[in-house]
Amino acid sequence: MKNKSLVSINDYSKEEQLHILDIAQEFEKNPVQTILQDHVIASLFFEPSTRTRLSFESAVNRLGGKVVGFSEASNTSVKKGESLRDTILTVANYSDLIVMRNPIDGSARFASEISPVPIINAGDGANQHPTQTLLDLYSIRKTQGTLDNLDVAMVGDLKYGRTIHSLVIALCNFNTTFHLVSPVELKLPSSVKMHIKERNLTYHQYTEMDEVLPKVDVLYMTRIQRERFSDPLEYERIKNVYNLHKGMIEDTKDNFRVLHPLPRVNEISVNVDQSPKAYYFEQALNGVFVRQALMTSILGIK
Amino acid sequence: MESKKIKELKVSAIENGTVIDHIPSSAVFQVIRILKLEAFENMVLFATNLESKKYGKKGIVKVSNKFFKPEELNKISLVAPHASIIEIRDFQVQQKTIVETPDRIKGIVKCFNPNCITNIEHIPAIFAVVDKEDTRLKCHYCEKITTCETMEFR
Ligand SMILES: [Zn+2]
Repeated sequence: MKNKSLVSINDYSKEEQLHILDIAQEFEKNPVQTILQDHVIASLFFEPSTRTRLSFESAVNRLGGKVVGFSEASNTSVKKGESLRDTILTVANYSDLIVMRNPIDGSARFASEISPVPIINAGDGANQHPTQTLLDLYSIRKTQGTLDNLDVAMVGDLKYGRTIHSLVIALCNFNTTFHLVSPVELKLPSSVKMHIKERNLTYHQYTEMDEVLPKVDVLYMTRIQRERFSDPLEYERIKNVYNLHKGMIEDTKDNFRVLHPLPRVNEISVNVDQSPKAYYFEQALNGVFVRQALMTSILGIK
Repeated sequence: MESKKIKELKVSAIENGTVIDHIPSSAVFQVIRILKLEAFENMVLFATNLESKKYGKKGIVKVSNKFFKPEELNKISLVAPHASIIEIRDFQVQQKTIVETPDRIKGIVKCFNPNCITNIEHIPAIFAVVDKEDTRLKCHYCEKITTCETMEFR
């Protein structure tokens, strides 16, 4: 995967994705090394995303690499009207690899085509966020021991959640049975369901999560945003329907785990955090190992 | 014979050039734009709302002294999927073909997504044609689908 930019999860084959997960497993055992000491990674965050940025920068720092870049566009030449093309071509002179977060859809694909150094997409608008998908796959494999033949429930905003879209597409490689739980107005779009149908996989749709929980191995929760609803009363109602609390996970399978891309608002009650079935904080930590694996693999070190 | 004569009166014949027939009436002006005929220096004839047995109403464009490359003509399939192309030499039909929808479209269609990089940095939009019947175009950059209803030409 040397020099191969990662813009969309499908840029990497199933085998390449699994290869990254295998390398990440090695980093989990030994996360502090000096193998990046001769490398400079550019971290260009055109919009703030503290969580993702810290995860990338921590991944680089623990391997001895240097980070240059910015954490928001407000003080940079971008604010002065510089084109993305010019920013990328300039920064490529100073770095071996560019990690970019940008609010414009498709900006990462464009950057990857003009940049002389590889690009890792850390989120391009509403489009893609493939390192989140890789860390989700890693977390599922780690908690379940396998990615194959699992029953996975996705709950919340399935319409606008790009995290959900990429994860559904990635899981289509693993014979997953999907349990899609959302309000009617936030159902998974047909363009994503198309991938499930193409593989002849099974999916079920629900509006409430209670009956789903005992059936599944993984519960992937997401946030429902107030802005998605024109009627504030409807939002208040939905918000309470999609709240996971401790009592609800008592009758679930032993291997059942709750995942969430974070930040959460109130869709998972704090009383779930103590349960051994809550996995979302470890999930976030896995992001560091997966990003270490991805960067070293693209730089040709692993 | 009689009806053929009347037809020819409606849109005069050309000596050499290309006739594009079976265009949906509503798409005639789009075809003219896609083929850049607004800036063309030779004679261009066109008609809309002609009676057609097959399509109800149709349009036609005749371009004098111009023979197009297939890839130029195939672009019009987005708005005129059943258009037929007739090459005329010395008033005689030389060749008749049907347009084919290409697999990839570059530069002629705007991505409908206002937050797409192609609409912000002014780079040509590139699409994969994911459905040729219903014309669904997937943007190479933002990955969103532009449809007939949201399609705009550059
Ligand atoms: Zn686009």
